[in-house]
Amino acid sequence: MSSAEGISAPAVLSANRISKSFGEIPVLFSIDFDIKPGEVHAIIGENGAGKSTLIKILSGIEQPTSGSIIYDGETVTLPPDGKAEAMGIVLIHQELNLAEHLTAAESIFLGREIKRYGFLDLGEMRKRAAELMDTLHVRVDPDDRISTLSVADKQMVEIAKAISRDARVLIMDEPTAVLSVSETQTLFEQIKRLTARGVAVIFISHKLDEIMELADRVTVLRDGQLIATVGTEALTPDSIAQMMVGRELSNLYPPKHEPDVDAPVVLGVRNLAAKGVRDISFDLRRGEILGFAGLIGSGRTAVAEAIVGLTHRTGGNITLDGKPVNFTQVAQSVDAGLAYMTKDRKGKGLLLNMGLRPNLTLLTLNKHIKGGFLDGASEDRALERAVRRFDIRARDASVAVGRLSGGNQQKLMLGKTMESEPDIVIMDEPTRGIDVGTKQQIYHIIAALAAEGKSIILISSEMQEVIGLSHRVVVMREGRLTGVLEGAEITEAEIMRYAAGIKQSGNDERISA
Amino acid sequence: MSVSAPDIPAKPKRGFRLDLKTVGPLLALALLVLLGISLNENFLSYNNLTNVLARSSFIGIIAIGATFVITAGGLDLSVGSMAAVIAGVMIMVMNWLIPTMGIGWGVVLAGMATGILLGGVAGTFNGMMITRGRIEAFIVTLGTMGIFRSLVTFLANGGTLSLNFQVADVYRPVYYDGLLGVPWPIIVFALVAIGGEITMRYTAFGRYCAAIGSNEQVARYSSINVDNVRLLTYILQGVLVGVAVLLYVPRLGSASSTTGVLWELEAIAGVIIGGTTLKGGYGRIWGTVVGVVILGLIGNILNLQSLISPYLNGAFQGVIIILAVLLQRGRKNA
Repeated sequence: MSSAEGISAPAVLSANRISKSFGEIPVLFSIDFDIKPGEVHAIIGENGAGKSTLIKILSGIEQPTSGSIIYDGETVTLPPDGKAEAMGIVLIHQELNLAEHLTAAESIFLGREIKRYGFLDLGEMRKRAAELMDTLHVRVDPDDRISTLSVADKQMVEIAKAISRDARVLIMDEPTAVLSVSETQTLFEQIKRLTARGVAVIFISHKLDEIMELADRVTVLRDGQLIATVGTEALTPDSIAQMMVGRELSNLYPPKHEPDVDAPVVLGVRNLAAKGVRDISFDLRRGEILGFAGLIGSGRTAVAEAIVGLTHRTGGNITLDGKPVNFTQVAQSVDAGLAYMTKDRKGKGLLLNMGLRPNLTLLTLNKHIKGGFLDGASEDRALERAVRRFDIRARDASVAVGRLSGGNQQKLMLGKTMESEPDIVIMDEPTRGIDVGTKQQIYHIIAALAAEGKSIILISSEMQEVIGLSHRVVVMREGRLTGVLEGAEITEAEIMRYAAGIKQSGNDERISA
Repeated sequence: MSVSAPDIPAKPKRGFRLDLKTVGPLLALALLVLLGISLNENFLSYNNLTNVLARSSFIGIIAIGATFVITAGGLDLSVGSMAAVIAGVMIMVMNWLIPTMGIGWGVVLAGMATGILLGGVAGTFNGMMITRGRIEAFIVTLGTMGIFRSLVTFLANGGTLSLNFQVADVYRPVYYDGLLGVPWPIIVFALVAIGGEITMRYTAFGRYCAAIGSNEQVARYSSINVDNVRLLTYILQGVLVGVAVLLYVPRLGSASSTTGVLWELEAIAGVIIGGTTLKGGYGRIWGTVVGVVILGLIGNILNLQSLISPYLNGAFQGVIIILAVLLQRGRKNA
């Protein structure tokens, strides 16, 4: 909505009846797509709908099986391996593609270093990098190492890099998935500045409200088919969601079953301190879903990792069913019936090069040992059970887990965690980067677990999710617990007040309900 | 796309499609055997084959240990030097024990025990430095490679450590005799290989090695004691070096600073040719066995013909290593 004058202009990049198959498997069917200068065009769809494939084709990384790409009015074959960047089409990957050891300036000019007399002109590159950062209003020093930057700043460096390349089409794969609310706003301001300069922006997102805010048009994909391309003003989040899943999305969140008033406390945490967090106290009761809200980096993951023994605890006490415990290794907490499901499913959750079975049983391999040797049949049975219970969809069990969609990876990880039959599960961002349909499934699984007497800590940066599922909500800010909300207090505004530090309750009197 | 039951995968396909990754090393082995037969009718003779296999056994046993280390994402460059220092100390211990124990199997058995114990200690040292000291495996084992090599030179005073002739006579059969005509080194190699294959595939330890090599963080978050598993791979490697050495000592009855030179590279080469990935995460023992035998056969075939100089042995081995890795990469992209 940033540039009305661009909308009537001819498309800068368009795809004409694009189809794509990997081997025998078709993933895109005759897709038409176009983007105009100064426009923001969102692509949306469930996992496996073909969004990533489409943007890979639009940026030249993949070649279409049939159909044509038209750039600047001419039919072109985009060169692979990101060389389309030189033509002005830049893709910013979901996992940012920056070399961690380089400085910001080095990253921006990587592959196009400015030279004088055959040597690198470091001063000039530093100067221009600083100018770029200034135009973007980013507080990144050109000499900062990438590894020291926050995810949001890294993204800004990527954008600066794209601008320095005179990008005319900027393609972003879920740029906000790892950003906090304020960081997202900064990103959106950048995008608006870019579109004002006539840059066309294509972005993938799962967050419907963001799309409503930012996009001029929305293209919905489902199962590799083009469902519709519509102007955003004609849409509501509900209608987009419906187009995505092709069914009415009632009951995204299952009804809440309040735990019994006298349900015993299963996990008690007092004055927990660890790297990045201090003085955390709360109680978790049986059958309760306890939400953990807060900005990214507020220390929620650090609390979870300190509890289960992944990181060193520097102070405080933890009780399990009233008995003091001290986990120094994950295996101990798993044995005690307390399992932690990481938010980083690719980096810490799953072995991407391996099949479903070794992934599912990795946490609980001891259960599948007979006479000292692994019992493959027992593992197969476990996989069958998990596939049924969590609706994991894979072409076959030997397919590398890295090739599954994010939703199926998440469900497999859930299966892996639940294999240990925990009484308490800490789920860290259990629906990050997955589609609405799978989210709904996971919400129902979480609620069902609580209903059968499991206790759940739900760490999530999606406020709606925390509100929709939790019986009580703990809010954290900068490594400290700032409030515990319950009942009618659990609203977006109230959580935000605690998360942003506007409100703070002495947490002693509110540890438990 | 959505087959829910995992036990109905598209298995029939497999029969038609030749999986190069699996059969590649076997194919290369078959080609080498055919080449050998066509070059010299003695190639298939019992004497030639047992000779090749027996010589390959040392590297083979070490390479099986290396398969575990590499699968778990590690590396042990010290095995060649370790073999030399173990051989040297074994010989010294046996010579030293003769006055008290006399000539006989007692001394030899004590020597063998020393070898295995030393291997375990050396492996533990490597493993502890890597897991507890948090130093990269490449650096630790590069260091111990130098230390062990220097130690054996020091112990031999720059020359050769020789086993007492009478004890050597008692010990000789361990290399030169066998069971039902199969030399002991081959038998031990086979047993270690079978044990290794079972361990890799059908025990939690084997699975954990692959998991750690694939992604250490995932392993840690899956409640695997990464340090202990990794330490165990280095200890296993050390013990297997000890086993290899106790078969090697009776062959020559001596050790010097040139004992076991470049064994580490031959072992790693065998592992890689066999299809284990150097960066870890996937390993197979039978592949390593095939890889080591391929390396052995190349040398043998070069010796059996007269067109190409046998001095080019190393060059051919090098070509095979690079080809093996190229083929694996090519398939990944396909």
